[in-house]
Amino acid sequence: MKLGLAIDLDTCVGCHACATACKQWNTSGTIGPLTDTNPYGKDPNGAWLNRIRTFEVDESPQSKTVNMPLSCMHCEDAACVTVCPTGASYKRDEDGIVLIDQDRCMGCNLCAWACPYGARELDPGSGTMKKCTLCVDRIYDEQLPESERQPACVITCPTNSRVFGDFDDPESEVSKLQKQREGKPLMPELGYNPVNTYLPPREPIERPQGGKVLGKVKQIVNRIIHR
Amino acid sequence: MHPAFSVLIFTVTAGAGYGLLGWLSANQLFAWWALSIAMQISIGVIAMVLISIGLSASTWHLANPKNAWRSFSCFRTSWLSREAVFAILLYPIAALYAAAIYFQWDSIGIWAGLCLLFSFIIVFVTAMIYASLKTIRQWHHPLVPILYLLFAAMSGGLAWAFLLAWNDLELGLLIQILGALVAFTTLTKLSYFWLFKVPGGSSIQTATSFLNQKVRILDAGHSAPSFLNNEFIYDVAKVKLLRMRWLMLSTTFVIPFALLYWLPNALTLAIAFVIMMAGLLTERWLFFAEARHVVRLLHGQQRV
Repeated sequence: MKLGLAIDLDTCVGCHACATACKQWNTSGTIGPLTDTNPYGKDPNGAWLNRIRTFEVDESPQSKTVNMPLSCMHCEDAACVTVCPTGASYKRDEDGIVLIDQDRCMGCNLCAWACPYGARELDPGSGTMKKCTLCVDRIYDEQLPESERQPACVITCPTNSRVFGDFDDPESEVSKLQKQREGKPLMPELGYNPVNTYLPPREPIERPQGGKVLGKVKQIVNRIIHR
Repeated sequence: MHPAFSVLIFTVTAGAGYGLLGWLSANQLFAWWALSIAMQISIGVIAMVLISIGLSASTWHLANPKNAWRSFSCFRTSWLSREAVFAILLYPIAALYAAAIYFQWDSIGIWAGLCLLFSFIIVFVTAMIYASLKTIRQWHHPLVPILYLLFAAMSGGLAWAFLLAWNDLELGLLIQILGALVAFTTLTKLSYFWLFKVPGGSSIQTATSFLNQKVRILDAGHSAPSFLNNEFIYDVAKVKLLRMRWLMLSTTFVIPFALLYWLPNALTLAIAFVIMMAGLLTERWLFFAEARHVVRLLHGQQRV
């Protein structure tokens, strides 16, 4: 299995719900807590496993606002695992999830340096590295109804812009989306083969204009409805 | 990259220590200078003290040092683990070398050879921790380990020259050799600066998958600095960087070079060594401050 996320840049509205749902679940999950320092003060700081950045793509008037959630890509060639001196960072054979054994990490930061996506953050409380677990403590939990065996960020997304699944299975929703929408990896030139894929915004749909007369009628009708 | 003071101290001090140990053991192998037993052991102890100061400084960088002992476990994959293993292995070897000097063992050549080899390996492996990171273009380059080795040989060599002069030994060709080493290292460092003059490689386009469009950041997603900002986005004014470069070039290379040729006695060599160590700290600070991690692209920088 090659578990990961397909993230739709067309429909993501940048609401940060995935980031907060992630923080809420994982602060009491297997790698928790996700410590914050000075949470209600002037300069709050703390470990988050998912951050959303907003870009303007292209130039006005064609420009588009694109919201880009970034978490661990669960790379196939994960440099963060290779550089780890203690063996705390590891990639699971069975499903490809990259995890950190909190009991082995010595907090040297080298894995965070090796990660191009800023997906790893040092917990100021425990002094160990924290990262996305793909909610490994949810997706295999048989106590949960099957529809809820998904990462917290995926369940919470109000626009269904995050899809979780197995990229090794050509029939899975993520594989189909990646194929249909031509999902793109981020910074492929570094050669880490990230699993998560980003679905580019769709092209604007050309509205059928009809004839000249029909167009005029439509315009008038639209104006009346608007009033 | 954020220049962590502990790492600067570690690489500079331990580098000089490994360099000095390298000169001592090379002298054993090639019999350049005849040194008394007491002097050989004292120089070895000075080298090991420098190394130990550096290594203990490196542990301040760990946020969870109680697990530091586990860093010996991933020797096959991690350069940091290799560094830890070789650094620890050197201690018993150095102790055996000291015993070989004191008791005049016949096997002294083997222990000196091993010390020389390990000093070389450890400095190389330390540099590879940085050079193996593809995320930082300024570090992912063969010149990085070459420069680390040159700096260790240069600073250790200056300490070696001082210790010889202090004990009234004839320096002979050492001045010329060190001068050539300093000059060669200067040229190597200058070519390193020249190589990374213009940004290249990853861009904000490859980082966001919009390869053919203009991309600019509107919001980095957090209102206060985070771990990522503190670690990767260390911004210094260009003027300050330039000043630090001049300071680095004059203190690491020009002043020690001038002192070396002007009046090579124990006092000037000691001054030259201290100035060079300060210069190397500046050099290591620049090595971090000028390194551009690709996470900067996700915070709005166009190229790294």
